[in-house]
Amino acid sequence: MAGTGTAHLHAPEEAMLRVENLTMEFPVGRTGLKVHAVSGISFDVLPGETLGLVGESGCGKSTTGKALIQLPAPTSGSVRFDGQELSGLKGEGIRKLRTSMQMIFQDPISSLNPRRKVRDIVAEPLHIWNIGTQDERRKRVDEVLETVGIDPNNADRRPHQFSGGQCQRISIARALVIEPKLLICDEPVSALDVSVQAQVLNLLEDLKAKYGLTMIFIAHDLAVVKNVSDRVCVMYLGKVCEVARSDDLYARPAHPYTSRLLTSIPVPDPNIKPDPSLRIQGELPSPMAPPSGCRFRTRCPFAQEKCAAEEPQLRDIGLGHYVACHFPLVGAGSASEA
Amino acid sequence: MSRQTLQSAQRRADSATLLEVRDLRTHFRSPRGLVRAVDGVTFSLARGKALGVVGESGSGKTVLSRSIMGLLPKRTTVRSGEVIFEGLDISNYGAKQMRDLWGTEMSMIFQDPMTSLNPVVKVGRQITESLTQRLDLPKDQAIDTARKLLGDVGIPEPSRRLNEYPYQLSGGMRQRIAIAVALACGPTLLFADEPTTALDVTVQAQILDLLDEQRRDRNMAMILVTHDLGVVAGRTDEIAVMYAGKLVEKAPTRALFANMKMPYTEALLRSIPKMEDPSHTRLQVIGGRPPDLISPPPGCRFAPRCPYAQERCRVEEPPLVEAETPDHFYACWYPVGSPEWANAQDRLNTVANVGGGA
Repeated sequence: MAGTGTAHLHAPEEAMLRVENLTMEFPVGRTGLKVHAVSGISFDVLPGETLGLVGESGCGKSTTGKALIQLPAPTSGSVRFDGQELSGLKGEGIRKLRTSMQMIFQDPISSLNPRRKVRDIVAEPLHIWNIGTQDERRKRVDEVLETVGIDPNNADRRPHQFSGGQCQRISIARALVIEPKLLICDEPVSALDVSVQAQVLNLLEDLKAKYGLTMIFIAHDLAVVKNVSDRVCVMYLGKVCEVARSDDLYARPAHPYTSRLLTSIPVPDPNIKPDPSLRIQGELPSPMAPPSGCRFRTRCPFAQEKCAAEEPQLRDIGLGHYVACHFPLVGAGSASEA
Repeated sequence: MSRQTLQSAQRRADSATLLEVRDLRTHFRSPRGLVRAVDGVTFSLARGKALGVVGESGSGKTVLSRSIMGLLPKRTTVRSGEVIFEGLDISNYGAKQMRDLWGTEMSMIFQDPMTSLNPVVKVGRQITESLTQRLDLPKDQAIDTARKLLGDVGIPEPSRRLNEYPYQLSGGMRQRIAIAVALACGPTLLFADEPTTALDVTVQAQILDLLDEQRRDRNMAMILVTHDLGVVAGRTDEIAVMYAGKLVEKAPTRALFANMKMPYTEALLRSIPKMEDPSHTRLQVIGGRPPDLISPPPGCRFAPRCPYAQERCRVEEPPLVEAETPDHFYACWYPVGSPEWANAQDRLNTVANVGGGA
């Protein structure tokens, strides 16, 4: 899987965010080895769109999310946001940029300072950027808290007095208080119960409509990603496997990895018996020495010699559905052309 | 009354009962008062069967399994009720007596495989420890058994892994090791407390397959505790739904999914995003939060969050009664499908339509 290529990108002027050949490598001590966390991925996000990034732990989805806000800056590759190239930015430039790109994290409790009042936590971005008078800030904070479903009368409490779901709402309020254009959600619901998860997902949808937000939604749960995303980008070991409109991806997954991911999801229906033969076998290869060619080939039931020799490129199989596989499961003629 | 109906049904059921829990209450002393984490739970489990215990955080599902296994701190726990295991009343067993059961009769795997293994002890010794101590196996035989166990739980190159530390393994591998440790002495009952919540979907599926396979091979009973109805649907014989320390519905898995009685169970199911729904489908949520277990609401504990709740629900506690299908119990005055429930739903729909039109 997992190829490179930029065939799936929209015209640069259409996209709000355009990422090309993003690479992120981390040195391993003084061994001279490198962890290839993200290896030349490209994707874009249109204004008002929600793009889902899915994959297992270690596929580089969170690293990608953080690289977008230059936290830290990527090893190479280009990130263009609203026409502005971010990869060379330093200091003040990056700080300014982060007012329009905000991020929320997985663990809602540890991402809030336990010693501060919720009101101060949410007001912090306004304070940093010196936006409004004290009264205006207070009003704005109350308004945002109200929107995310936290009673502003409780804003003088501290995070430990709220539940996990409420803390996630507070994190969302903090991200939204300075009216960002792009919200990056990194596994925002995976630490929550199913019932609370549903509340937070609905809230994100409401906020998107209300503020006209553009979102990148990072998660490992495909059902959750499908619910909120317009388009989904499937990642594996630092590469992109497949990009498609979300309904299309689920209706006809073209990459063997996507298809196996889909069958791993537990279905709340006792009549559908889990089938162990459809599991992805084995362990994720080490990102320090990723396999040659297609990175998924070591675990792919359909892998052939070509998969080891040649890295597949993302290509169109119709309806804006792109796959990086030499032998995709759908797409007429694709297998014979190889 | 609830206890009577359940017990009579159990007497009708097969005599191969492994575990019987009667009116178990487990409360904790806290500065604010008694926390009623488990408040009168009755159920039984047959040998070799899998029971799913489902509920939100704070429903008491974890405390229930730890209470049965005797893993709670004595000083702050107030426990009453009966726990009958293999026909033996173990309700008043102390730690010393329980220790004879741990590992050989009942064992547990926990949610977080990172913290449930000892980080400074090699994997091999963590498995052989119980083999040499409990089963008095000689060391070399214990190592052979451990190697075989690692193979059983799907770990490649078992001989090499025996000499590794937990940090050298991935999360899924660690959970497999934890399962090997739990299975080492051949327990008849395995508690799996959210065994896959900390894992990826793909690894989750592998671990659940493994538990299923081992349970069948060993004819071991399993109590699978989770908040996700999807996890238990294809892998259990029975499901018990807990809410605020109470058992609110219990049924054979198929019967439960075919005919949910308790609005809470239905709401739990509806809050899961479904693959077959188009994207941006609005999810149904359960409003509000579970109640404070120090002073739970009177009547039905779910009433404050239940869209169908009526006056009676807020005053009088519903008993656990048997449904028309056998072995299906629920605690609700106006279960899903009843005329009162239908009326309440009509009313809700009208309100929703009027609200939507405005």
